[in-house]
This record gives sequence, structure tokens and C-alpha cells, in this order.
Amino acid sequence: MSETTARSLEPRRFFLDRFALDESALEDAIGSAIARKADFADLYFEFHSSESFSMEEGIVKRANKNISQGAGVRVVAGDKYGCAHTDEVNGETLRLATQTARAIAEAGGRESGVAVRATRPQHDLYTLEQHPLDVALAEKIALLNDLDVFARRYDPRITNVLAGLGVEQKIVLVVNSSGVVVGDVQPLIRLSVTCIAEEGGKRQQGTSGGGGRVEFDFLTEGNRYRDWVKVAADQALRNLDAVDAPAGNMTVVLGPGWPGVLLHEAVGHGLEGDFNRKQTSAFSGRIGERVASELCTVVDDGTLPNRRGSLNCDDEGTPTGRTVLIEKGILRGYLQDRMNARLMGMEPTGNGRRESFAHAPMPRMTNTFMLAGETPPEDIIRSVPKGLYAANFGGGQVDITSGKFVFSATEAYLIEDGRITRPVKGATLIGNGPQSLTKISMVGTDLALDEGVGTCGKDGQSVPVGVGLPTIRIDGMTVGGTQA
Amino acid sequence: MSGQELTNLDEIAALLLAEAKRHGATEADVVVVEGDSLSVGVRLGEIEKVQRSKARHLGLRAFAGKSSAITSTADFSRGSLMRLAEESVALARVTAVDEVSGLPERDQLATAIADLELYDPAIRDISAETATEWCKEAEAAAMAADPRITKSEGAEFDCGTHRVVYATSHGFAGSYRSSACSLSAVPVATENGAMERDYWYSSQRRLSALESPASIGARAAQRALRRLGARQVGTMTVPVIFDPDMAASLVGHVAGAVSGYALYRGVSFLRDKLGEKVMPDFVSIADQGNLPGGLGSKPFDGEGLPTRRTAVVERGVLSSYLFDTYSARKLGSRSTGNAARSVADAPGVSPTNLCLAAGDTAPEAIIASVKSGLYVTELMGFGVNSVTGDYSRGASGQWIENGELAYPVSEITIAGNLLDMFRDIEVVGSDLERRRSICAPTIKIARMTVAGA
Repeated sequence: MSETTARSLEPRRFFLDRFALDESALEDAIGSAIARKADFADLYFEFHSSESFSMEEGIVKRANKNISQGAGVRVVAGDKYGCAHTDEVNGETLRLATQTARAIAEAGGRESGVAVRATRPQHDLYTLEQHPLDVALAEKIALLNDLDVFARRYDPRITNVLAGLGVEQKIVLVVNSSGVVVGDVQPLIRLSVTCIAEEGGKRQQGTSGGGGRVEFDFLTEGNRYRDWVKVAADQALRNLDAVDAPAGNMTVVLGPGWPGVLLHEAVGHGLEGDFNRKQTSAFSGRIGERVASELCTVVDDGTLPNRRGSLNCDDEGTPTGRTVLIEKGILRGYLQDRMNARLMGMEPTGNGRRESFAHAPMPRMTNTFMLAGETPPEDIIRSVPKGLYAANFGGGQVDITSGKFVFSATEAYLIEDGRITRPVKGATLIGNGPQSLTKISMVGTDLALDEGVGTCGKDGQSVPVGVGLPTIRIDGMTVGGTQA
Repeated sequence: MSGQELTNLDEIAALLLAEAKRHGATEADVVVVEGDSLSVGVRLGEIEKVQRSKARHLGLRAFAGKSSAITSTADFSRGSLMRLAEESVALARVTAVDEVSGLPERDQLATAIADLELYDPAIRDISAETATEWCKEAEAAAMAADPRITKSEGAEFDCGTHRVVYATSHGFAGSYRSSACSLSAVPVATENGAMERDYWYSSQRRLSALESPASIGARAAQRALRRLGARQVGTMTVPVIFDPDMAASLVGHVAGAVSGYALYRGVSFLRDKLGEKVMPDFVSIADQGNLPGGLGSKPFDGEGLPTRRTAVVERGVLSSYLFDTYSARKLGSRSTGNAARSVADAPGVSPTNLCLAAGDTAPEAIIASVKSGLYVTELMGFGVNSVTGDYSRGASGQWIENGELAYPVSEITIAGNLLDMFRDIEVVGSDLERRRSICAPTIKIARMTVAGA
């Protein structure tokens, strides 16, 4: 077991050793950061090691290993913040970074020493027996090779398979001006598979994958990775026969799992604290109002064990939690980081996240999903005389201010007389956040979370997230096909 | 524990190549990138954030015969670099033998490093205070434009300088500096309880070329205001005009489809189309990596080859794909100098400055040519199938009635197939501005499906 992946690894000790700092360097830096009219300050240390392997044409062509490390200093005063980042960390660069960051807080304030004390995160969501980085390279390569053979045997129309395996570990340490020192060791693994199918001059692709904060064996347990291959292959094969998608407003049924990206775009981003503090969200000032049908309860939960979107604590050291965003259709809460929570007179919710030490924290989602309802999914399909069933999606996007959001189906079917019939080509669905959820007329019993591949982008920062959804029926959404 | 830090980037590159060789690498290359950046944000007249970063990172690619791997790090201590070289070679030994892999032929390498005016020393010296003033000016111009501009997401100035060093075991060693700066404003307009936001920005290599803060603010405000009162339209097939930034997104889809990687993998809607007419006569698209001052320019590509001009579509005919060495060898062709090399990954293909050439029709005349149709100013989402060209995206813009912009529309989609859309380009505008590395003037597509209410 390597030095940086040992189970007993203690982040504070790790960084002090790695950057040859002593305890007093942390106290000096955080003490000097807050020594102005600042409300709070934090230091964030990060050591990120990752490896990735990619396969195509039946061979593992690429293997990469990467190490990123550095520290970020942030000083917050009112609604202003100063940040400085450096990937060369020592007492001197920390002092310089601190000076830069605190320039934003007016000179004058208190000169207060900060005595730091180490704490542990409240949760223990992803302690692993063996870190995936420590699994032999040969095993990882063997998995990718088997995946390729399996896909090609699955159906002769599969002509190429692209697969990528990414394994990473972040060791982080947050030191803040309240004296809290909290560290975490965050493993993450992700396997993605794309199958290309060809028949009669037509070509299509299908994509699947999964992962989480899990051990390498998670991929092979019960042949999980082969199931993802089947999903990708079936999607590519079915799309070979797809007819043009319909265009216009119609009843849409979303399948369970990844289609939860609807919630991420339609309501999740719009409920992030920063947009609401600035009152530029379509949901601003609407807590207590009805924004969805009473069948809808939507939560953001960063505490689900081993999930891709989960964290023991957020990147400001706040323990993650379960935040009810919408309860039986009524808007209940926002997702907060420390700065926005304080300015809005609310509590932080453990949603302050940053892509890396070189980015500033902001409110972000973790795992966002709708709770299960009471209708069997078959009954939901059966209830629709004519409409669209969307089983899988690619990405989505939202305009927070107008509330308009899109998400693009990669696997969809027509519903005719209560039955799923022909596959249709991918199409973009567009709606309005505060309105679309009011049109949800049925919620299934089959809540599923996604398989663990989601990445959310905001202001140029990417963070891993999860989504989930039971089967739902939406009475009217615009479907962007070509068949008018 | 971090030990002795190495600071001379050229020496670091040489050391790593020597170490890789010592561990048995048959070939190797190193890329080192270092940079400084400043980001300043202002909102409602007050400074909101100041962010400074220093970053450096290096990547070593080692070949063990015909297999290869990459290791990269931000830890520049001697011990770390020694370990990096050893790990890179060890990792290369476990990847598969790939017959066409390897460094480019020596005779293709750049022999002189052209000065493409990519570096403006003025950018290095910009203070947070000066940047704050520009942001305040841009935001104030937006807020003053109209009483309906009631809120603001703020204005932001970003700038940075970078140095890239690239060296190979077969004798190439080159470096260049570059700089970039941008200023943007994002005002919010309100009317009858509904909010709309929009933005405008300018991005340049030279500070003096940046659009003025007042102009950026005013254009951002005008763009937000014209969205107020947007409605859906019905579902129908109509002509669609793409404003220059949206037309550039279509050129971006061409870039993806002419990449050598998409082609040999068979996932490009332009596969097997070389030499064929894919657009009307009056459409030409070229990639030019050696354009002086270009946002996508560089003197040599990610494998040390000189950058150049490549005609991708010439008078409607697909005349060249874009290649790096690997993808070119896969298809029996030669690199076009489009290798893009990030520190942590093997080369891929990327366009440099890819531009759809201007036509001679004024944008106003293009709008005037439409009886009933859509003028698109924003596209949302990812609904483009690169294999088939099937296209379906969320859109907003202005509805055109009798040749005039009549009212704003949103919550609609536009759909078609990129092959049909390119064939159906009816007019190309005269309003080309090199605002970004991929650019285009206004274009009109004869018919697409608009879906709405």
C-alpha cells in the first residue's frame, strides 16, 4: 500500500509533511488572513492523484498518471472575497497568497490569533479496504480488454468500443478562521463505455458507465461493468432503427435514474444560494410557494454512502447533509455555502464545493433526486395515449434567470395507446423550471439513482454529482424533434 | 520533504528526457506549462472578488517501442521528477503495442519559432485596481442603459500570461509565451415580474485590442433588454438565421467532425465525404494556426510541427480533414499541424483559428429576406449527434415577420441534420469579427424545424 493511499492516512499530518510546514505555519497563515475587517478566512490544501486508461480498437492505448497539488487562501468580507492560489506551497508562498487574498478586506480590523484544532468529518461514507489506485495495473487493463471482447460478442453489429477508466484520490485539508481543521480522503472511480453499431450503412453510438467513491471490485461485482456494456450496446443498436423524433408540446414520461438530470437543471441550479442572494434566479424569494405538483418531493443528499456526489464534508469543512428543496410541491430550501448562507441569514447546508485548490468555493449540488411516489411505472406508461418515453439523457443546461432549461434525450420511444412502441432519434426537451414540475401528474414507485458518471459544470468549475428519479409523467413539455 | 525545487523549465525538460532514456524509453517528449492569472469581479458597483493564481504543470510521454504512457505533475522537486520518469516508462510497458504510435518524423518539425504576436507584456502588469475600474465602467454602462436593467450578475475581467516549453527526444526544443485578457458584463433586465439576463464580452491577446468597457456594458444591456417579453411560438418549418456567435457554434460542429480521431473511429458525420460538395459554392472554412495575434494561434503544435493554414471547406467542397501525427498515420495521411497537447494527456486534434469566410450580404439584408422565421441569438444544451449529424437544441432569439425582428422568442427548439443544414445555407453575412478562435459571420439556413407550444 502506497504512502498516499494508506487507510489510516491523516490529512493534516500528510500536508505538514509534504510541504514541510509546522503547526504554527497554519496558525500564522490563517491568523494573518483574518487580521483585517474580514468575516472569515480559510486555507484549502489539496493533493490530487489520478490515473486513467483508455481503450479503443480492442487495445488499451493510453495510460496516464497525474499529480496536482497546491493551496488556496480565501478571505471573505461581507459579500466580497479575495482568493489566491499557488501550487508551490511553503511558508513564504502561503504568506504571499494570504496578503493577496486579504487585500479585499479593508485594513484596520482586529488582529486576532487563531488557535487551530483538528476535527474529523462527521461522516464516514467511503472508507475503502483497498484504494483503487493501489489495484495492480494489469487488473485494470484486463477489465478493459474483457469489456471489449464482451461487447463485440454481445452483437456482431458492434464494430468498435471506446472505454475509459479513471481512478482518483483527493486528500484535502480545510483550515478556517474559527480554528477548525478538517481533512478528508476522497476516492473516486469512473468507467465509461461507448459502443458503435453499424448495419446497412447506418451507424449509431450508445454510451453508458458508472462508478462512485468505491473499491475497484465494485466494477466487477455481479458483472456490473458488463451490464453497462449491454446498456451502451443496446442503445446504439436500437438507435439504428430510430425514426425521426416528434416536434411540439406533448406528454412526456421520464424513466428512472439518470433522467433525474431534469431536477438538476429545472430546479437544482436555480436553488443555489448565490443566485438567490443576488435575486437573479427564477426561484428568488419564492420559499413557501408552490413550484411543483404535490406529488413532488426533491432532496439534495450528500450523505449517501459511496455515491459519486457524496462527501464527508464539503470543501469548506461543513458536514454534508440532506436538504429538502421541494416538499410536496412547496419550495423549502436553498443549497448554501458559508458566505451565501451568512449573507442570507441561513445555515450552511454543506454544499460549498470547489473543483480544486485553484478555484473558489460556491454552492453546488451533491446527489439530487425526487422521492418515490405511489404509482407502478407500468401504469404511468399505460395512462398515456400518445407521447414520448425518454429512457436516457445526455447533458442539460439551464438559464437560471429566465428559468428555461434543456436536456437532451439519447434514448427515447414513442408511446402509442399506452404502450412503448418505436425508438425515436435523440431530441432536446425544453421547459421552464418553476412551471415544468407543476405539470407532473404521476410519480412512480421505482426511484433509482444514476450509475455514477455525472459531472456538473458551473462558472468553469466541474464537480462530480449524482441525480435520481422515479418514473414520472409530465403533462406537456416541448420536444425538439423534426416531425412537426 | 519536497527537497530541491527546479525552476529552469528548459533544464527540467532536458533532465526528464535524459531520465526517461536512462530508464529504457525508446522515445519521449515533455511539455511544461506555467502561468499567472488574475480574475476580478465587480457587482453593483462594488468589487466582489479578486483571485490570483500561479500554476505550473509538466507532462512526460514515454515510449517503450510502440507502446506509450504519460505521467504529469505539479510537483517540481528533483525527487518527484526522477520518480515521474521512472513511472512513465514503467506505465508505457503495460499499455498495448500500437503500431502507428510514435513521435512525428523529424523532417516535419518546426525549424524556426515564428513570432506570432501572442504575448503582450502590458497584460502582465495589470493591477487588480485597474481591472476593477474597467469592470465598474462596464457594469455601470449596462445599468445606465435602461431603467429596466434592475440587477446585475456583475462584470468580470480575466487575464493571464503563459509560457509553454516543449522538447522531444529526437531533437525538438521550443517555447513560446502568450497572453490573453477578457472583459464581460452580465446585466439582468426585469419587466412585469419576469427576468432575463444576457451578456457581452471581448477577448483578445493584446490589451489594446479589447473592446471598451462602456461598449461591452451597453451591448450586454441591449441584449438582455431585447429578450424581455419572450414568448413561445408554434411548431413549424421556417428559415433560421444564426447570429455570428451562434453560427460559430455550427463551425465548431464541423471542427469535431473533421478531427482525424472522429474519422478513424467512424464517429463523424463527415466521414467518407472528402472531395464532396457538403455546402454551397459560396461557403469556405479555413483553419489558420499561424494567424498573427489569433486567439487560437501558436507557433508550433503539440508535437513540434509548424502551424499553418488548412482549407477545410473550399467553395463548398470538403477539402481537408485536420490531423495530428497519430490520426494521420491511422488514415494514411500527414499531420496538418493540429496536434493539441495538454500536459496530462497524449496529443489530440484541435482546430486553431477556424473561421467561416465572410460573404457580401449585410446582416440586415439577410433578416429582411425572411418573411416569417427565426433569428437565433442563443442555443442551449448538447443535442448534437456527432455520428449522424442529427441536431436538436434549445434556442432563443427574435421572431422575424415580414423582414423585421418582430418579438423575442424563447423555450423553443430548433432541429435538423447538420448535413442538410450545411447544404441549405442560403446566405453568408459580411459581418465577420474574429471574436474567438472559432468564428463565423451571420448565416441563414433555408429551413429547420422549430418546436414550441
